[in-house]
Amino acid sequence: MLTTGLNEDQLAIVETTLDFAQEHLAPQADAWDQQKHFPVDVLRKAAELGLGGVYVGEDWGGSGLTRSDGVLVFEALAVGCPTIAGYLSIHNMVAWMIDRFGDDIQRARWLPGLCSTDTLGSYCLTEPGAGSDAAALRTRAERDGDHYVLTGVKQFISGAGVSDVYIVMARTGDDGARGISAFVVQSDDAGLSFGPNEKKMGWNAQPTRQVILDGVRVPADRRLGAEGDGFRIAMKGLNGGRLGIAACSLGGAQSALDRSRAYLTDREAFGAPLIESSALQFRLADMATELAAARALVRQAAAALDREDPQAPHLCAMAKRFATDTGFSVADDALQLHGGYGYLSEYGIEKIVRDLRVHQILEGSNEIMRLIVARGLIGAGR
Amino acid sequence: MKIVVCVKYVPDATGDRKFADDLTVDRDDVDGLLSELDEYAVEQALRIAEEADETEVTALTVGPEDAKDALRKALSMGADKAIHVEDDGLHGTDVIGTSLVLAKAIAKAGYDLVISGMASTDGAMGVVPALLAERLGVPQATLLSEVGVEGGLVTGRRDGDAASERLEARLPAVVSVTDQSGEARYPSFKGIMAAKKKPVETWDLSDLDIEAGSVGLEHAWTAVDSAADRPARTAGTVVTDEGEGGRQLAAFLAGQKFI
Ligand SMILES: Cc1cc2nc3c(=O)[nH]c(=O)nc-3n(C[C@H](O)[C@H](O)[C@H](O)COP(=O)(O)OP(=O)(O)OC[C@H]3O[C@@H](n4cnc5c(N)ncnc54)[C@H](O)[C@@H]3O)c2cc1C
Repeated sequence: MLTTGLNEDQLAIVETTLDFAQEHLAPQADAWDQQKHFPVDVLRKAAELGLGGVYVGEDWGGSGLTRSDGVLVFEALAVGCPTIAGYLSIHNMVAWMIDRFGDDIQRARWLPGLCSTDTLGSYCLTEPGAGSDAAALRTRAERDGDHYVLTGVKQFISGAGVSDVYIVMARTGDDGARGISAFVVQSDDAGLSFGPNEKKMGWNAQPTRQVILDGVRVPADRRLGAEGDGFRIAMKGLNGGRLGIAACSLGGAQSALDRSRAYLTDREAFGAPLIESSALQFRLADMATELAAARALVRQAAAALDREDPQAPHLCAMAKRFATDTGFSVADDALQLHGGYGYLSEYGIEKIVRDLRVHQILEGSNEIMRLIVARGLIGAGR
Repeated sequence: MKIVVCVKYVPDATGDRKFADDLTVDRDDVDGLLSELDEYAVEQALRIAEEADETEVTALTVGPEDAKDALRKALSMGADKAIHVEDDGLHGTDVIGTSLVLAKAIAKAGYDLVISGMASTDGAMGVVPALLAERLGVPQATLLSEVGVEGGLVTGRRDGDAASERLEARLPAVVSVTDQSGEARYPSFKGIMAAKKKPVETWDLSDLDIEAGSVGLEHAWTAVDSAADRPARTAGTVVTDEGEGGRQLAAFLAGQKFI
């Protein structure tokens, strides 16, 4: 259960977020998916709870929650809609990166807007020619006096075209990870444009577009952290981001499981409700068990990140791999248990399956998660 | 300005609500929460406090141990402090007794304005605000769908079937607000974390100089003789459209006196 083992504050946080998800996300989630509608008004509303700056310090308008709290929040949100929860997880990764690696002037400039979701954030690492091998990225940031000039193309950027604040990883030095720096690009910067909204399998309630940087000139105070620090900053952001995505898989799968139980209780075949079939009961039991195991791993990884355990990146990778694989297979099982109705959009199950599918790919594919876990096992040198 | 918001802890309407052996509402076997109708009262108190300087919002509840949850919700929404009146002698108290306890507690806490919801979602009597005004000897403006405070006056609008009235009363006063008064806010995460650091006072009947003989089930002005579960829902009538569906629907509705 989502609420097992939580303290009083966490219970209140989960209940509040679930209430919000039930009232403002769930009733519209299928329509947003079908109409490819990105509900910015609902994101504004979500900020009233503190969902715009979950991990940002209170001084800047954030909620100051831990990762252990955050995974509860994103799981609860995803019960209503994994796509909106997924976008908010990315937005919060951006806000956290500015809070963690920015200076006070940068914090004051961007965080209040991000926390209120008056401005939305996007994270721009992937390029057409560099996905899993992100350190091979080719977008350049040429120093020109007090400015940098950014040129290149970012691929698959969530929220692009609607977001106001883009953290762009670009090359300021030699090939490899150490030659990369992180910049904040704003939607009104000259030379910034966007590709068309990609047609995709799921995550339809948020846009995915190319971000095209054609000589975007930004002052040097747009750089986050030191020159050459960008890749490290990007990876630190992803440690937390992966927990967010993992939590979104838990919430989506939990919703699919709950609906399956209700459906089997109502549906009759061979003269009895389907729920009385022990084969189907066992299926539900396995789904619940695997989900509980995934949840335990996500929470363990979140606790490791909170105490800055050196193993945290490996645990986050394990949690992301396991929870997103489990989430997808539970959702797929739920579809099977719904029979033909599971395949119809009307029942909302196929949407969860489509949404959770991409969690196995983005923020580092699950193959890359295995790579990270294996490096932790056998040493980074190999 | 001191605002006291009266909030009630009620059984969750989505849960399985039952009566106990003594025919009072069973509060042990069902989850409770802050009555939804009282969320509107908390919301209006907070909005008034945001407009005015130096306003303190106190949430007040009379109820069993678990009623702390209702106070905690009000505090996490933004109330500044809370008072919990709890006493074994209160079990089974009716509206007359409850209004006595609330009035004593409000007087002890000090107030300029008392705000309550339009009714509770369990008992649904809707008379506590009027009883409170009577006991406190102050004006009442009930069932407001709009409320504001200015220059020592509380003003508001009460919407009736045929007309809307504008009401105004000199402070101190008691008002109740409807579910049309404005959507209640969600507690923010920050508010949730801050709530447990806010002061909650617990008073019993002796703190309020109330004699045990004036409240409780024994001394209620009304008694419940019997209670029965609502009959289980029966399957509805299915009208199959074979060309005459519209007529059949109309006939059904007319038969039930809906049209
Ligand atoms: C809907 C959506 C939203 C996205 N949002 C964002 C965003 O907001 N910001 C952003 O920066 N990116 C985003 N991405 C990009 C995403 O992170 C990448 O798609 C992902 O990292 C994989 O990169 P790729 O698509 O280039 O695949 P490739 O890197 O080309 O990989 C192809 C396949 O090979 C496997 N593979 C690659 N290398 C190895 C290896 N060494 N060992 C084993 N297997 C390997 C991969 O796992 C994959 O299965 C998004 C993608 C999608 C689909």
